[in-house]
Order: sequence, then structure tokens, then C-alpha cells
Amino acid sequence: MDSSRIQILTVCVAAALLLGVVELVRRRRLLERYALVWLLSSLVLLGLSIWRGLLDWVAEQIGVAYPPNALFIVAFGFVLWMLLHFSVAVSRLSDQSKVLAQRLALLDERMRRQEAAHDGQLALEDEDEPVEDFAEGEPAGRVRAFRRTGKQ
Amino acid sequence: MKRFRDEHLAVIPAYNESATVAGVVERVRERVPFFDVVVVNDGSTDDTAAVARAAGADVLELPFNLGIGGAVQAGFVYAKENGYRYMTQVDGDGQHEPQEISALLEAMAADPSLDVVCGSRFIVPGKYMAPVSRRTGIHMFAFLLSRIVGQPVTDPTSGFRLYNRRAIELFAADYPHDYPEVEAVLMLHNHRLRMREVPVRMFERGGGRSSIGSGKSVYYMIKVLLALFVGLLRRRVVPEPGEPAPVAAEHGI
Repeated sequence: MDSSRIQILTVCVAAALLLGVVELVRRRRLLERYALVWLLSSLVLLGLSIWRGLLDWVAEQIGVAYPPNALFIVAFGFVLWMLLHFSVAVSRLSDQSKVLAQRLALLDERMRRQEAAHDGQLALEDEDEPVEDFAEGEPAGRVRAFRRTGKQ
Repeated sequence: MKRFRDEHLAVIPAYNESATVAGVVERVRERVPFFDVVVVNDGSTDDTAAVARAAGADVLELPFNLGIGGAVQAGFVYAKENGYRYMTQVDGDGQHEPQEISALLEAMAADPSLDVVCGSRFIVPGKYMAPVSRRTGIHMFAFLLSRIVGQPVTDPTSGFRLYNRRAIELFAADYPHDYPEVEAVLMLHNHRLRMREVPVRMFERGGGRSSIGSGKSVYYMIKVLLALFVGLLRRRVVPEPGEPAPVAAEHGI
């Protein structure tokens, strides 16, 4: 009686897991790349909890006296696999974000350099301009200097 | 010997070093004026970048803290892409004496087959006093590395190094993460690049906080040991052209 109760429970949990994963993929909240691991594990769990014969056979093969325990062993194996999978994914992401940060810093520096060069060129062009349009007696150099610093 | 600008680059990694970074930049520009200076601001929360810029350095601003390995690697990439032939690393905390860069340059000029010249605190014994826990770790790594690479390495944690173009290209493609100097020695060995140590003076830290507190020493020792052994076992040290991209675990498992 107990074993059929746990069977109902595991079927429900595995089915809920499977539905949840499918729903997440459908809403594009979960990339297919990662969903694959989840789909596979929930399918296997569902299969094992429905098919008692299969579970008994697996339990016998790996030497587990009480078949439902074999289910937990299989589930634990999947959990380990998934954790490792995510550690790998996190490693890749942190490496990628490092490269992006470095690239961003280099681009930022290059942009500043070009802006500085551009500003310098503008200032040079300013100096070539005739200065008649300034009021008489006004020291043109000071006005220009003000305009240049005003840009900062 | 004639030296041109645009051939030599000094990279100064700095994380919250606004108190000391300007002094370091000025001393580098004063002692070795033919060096371009770039400060890598490793996501500081103070005004390190502004201070460095005011002191006349170019600044690479990382958007968040990458740790010393990622910051220095940004310097390597910068040196590689801007065609520098020599790059040196000078720490932003004022520990390295910029005048000693000349000693590194002379050693490199004296032996053109060298790819890296490393400034060591321990060739002339008794001059530099670090906490005992740190020194124990340093000497243990020195012992291990000397056995592995088959040449004496006295100061494997020193970041005060001069790199030539080959070394710059190697480390721009792949540089270890945290506490990278030790593993970098191993990488040089794996790639048949030649390194030599020369004695340099170093100061106690001028300000700011070391990236390695004394309480964390043991943790770092274990981490670096692990990195060393992983480095020994690495299958593909640096990807060759045409191989998968240099991103960890590109294919997952």
C-alpha cells in the first residue's frame, strides 16, 4: 500500500516537473540548451515512476533491495549532473563577461582618444578663423580660450 | 641605445588606489619617460580613474571588478592591439619602484632570447620583509615552480615583470584569473618562452589594501596550488588558430 502511495506521489511530481519545463520553454523563459537536461531527467523520472517493472529491474541490476530507493538514486544522479552542467555554464558566462568587460574598456579608451583628437582639431580650426566678429578691444585669445574650456 | 615612444608600455592595475596611483604614474613618467602609461581601473568605487587621468595616464575603465588577472590581461590586450613591443606591469599601490624598470630593460637587452624579465625581491636576501605567512607561501611556490620549470624561480608572486611581444601575445590570449603570477610562470614554461629574474628593490605598500589579507593567505595558497596542478594537467593550454574560441567550456558537458 505504501509503495503505491509513493508511486502516485512520484508520478505527480515527475509530471509536474515535465509540464513546468515545457511551459518555461514555451514562454521562452528557458533556453532549449538548458531545457534539454531538464526534459530528459523529468522524462526518465516519469518513466521510472510509472513503470514499476522497469524500476524493479534497475534496482535489481544495481543491487538495491527496496526499488523506490533506486528512483532516488537515479534522481540524485540527475541532480549531480545538472549541478555540474550549471557550474560549467556559470564558468563560461563569467569568462565571457570578463572578455566583454575588457573589450568595453578598450573601446571606451579608444573613443575618448578619438574625441580628444577631434576636439583638438576643432580648436586648431578655430584658431585659423578670422576674428573680426569679436567686439573691438576684446582680447580674442581669451575669448577663444574660454570657448575651448567651455567645451569640457 | 635609442628608444622610441609607442614601443614601451607600462600597465598599472589599480583597484581603489586613488591615494597612490597618481604618484606611481608620475614616477613612471619621470624615471622612464619613453614609456606610455596606461592605468587599468578595475571597477574602483573611488576616483582612481579621474586621479590617474589627471596625472597624465591613459585609463582603461573596466565596468566592474575583474580581479588582478582580468585587469592585467586588459593591459596585455591593449599592448597587443596597439603594437607595443615591450610591456611592464607596475602595481598601483606604490610597491614597485619605477626606476627599477631600467634594470628589467637592461636584462632584456643583454639577452635577446629572453621573453620575460621578472623583478625578484629575494635574490638579494634579507631586504624585503613580508608577513611570515606570505613569505612561507611564496617560498613554497618558489620551490615547487623551480622543480617544475627546471630553473631557479625565487619570487613567483612578483608582478613586477617586463614582457616582450611574444609574451604579450600569449597572455593577451590567455592569462590566469586571480593571483595569476604563479601560474603565468608555468604557462611561460609550457610555451617554451624564456624567463629570467633580476634583483629589484620593492617598497612596503604605500596605501590602500593588499588584494591578499593575511587571514586569506592559506585560502589563496590552496587555490594557487590547485591552479598550478590544473595548469600542469591542462590539455589545451592556449587555442591555436582554427581551434574553438578561448572561452571556458565552450561545449558544455
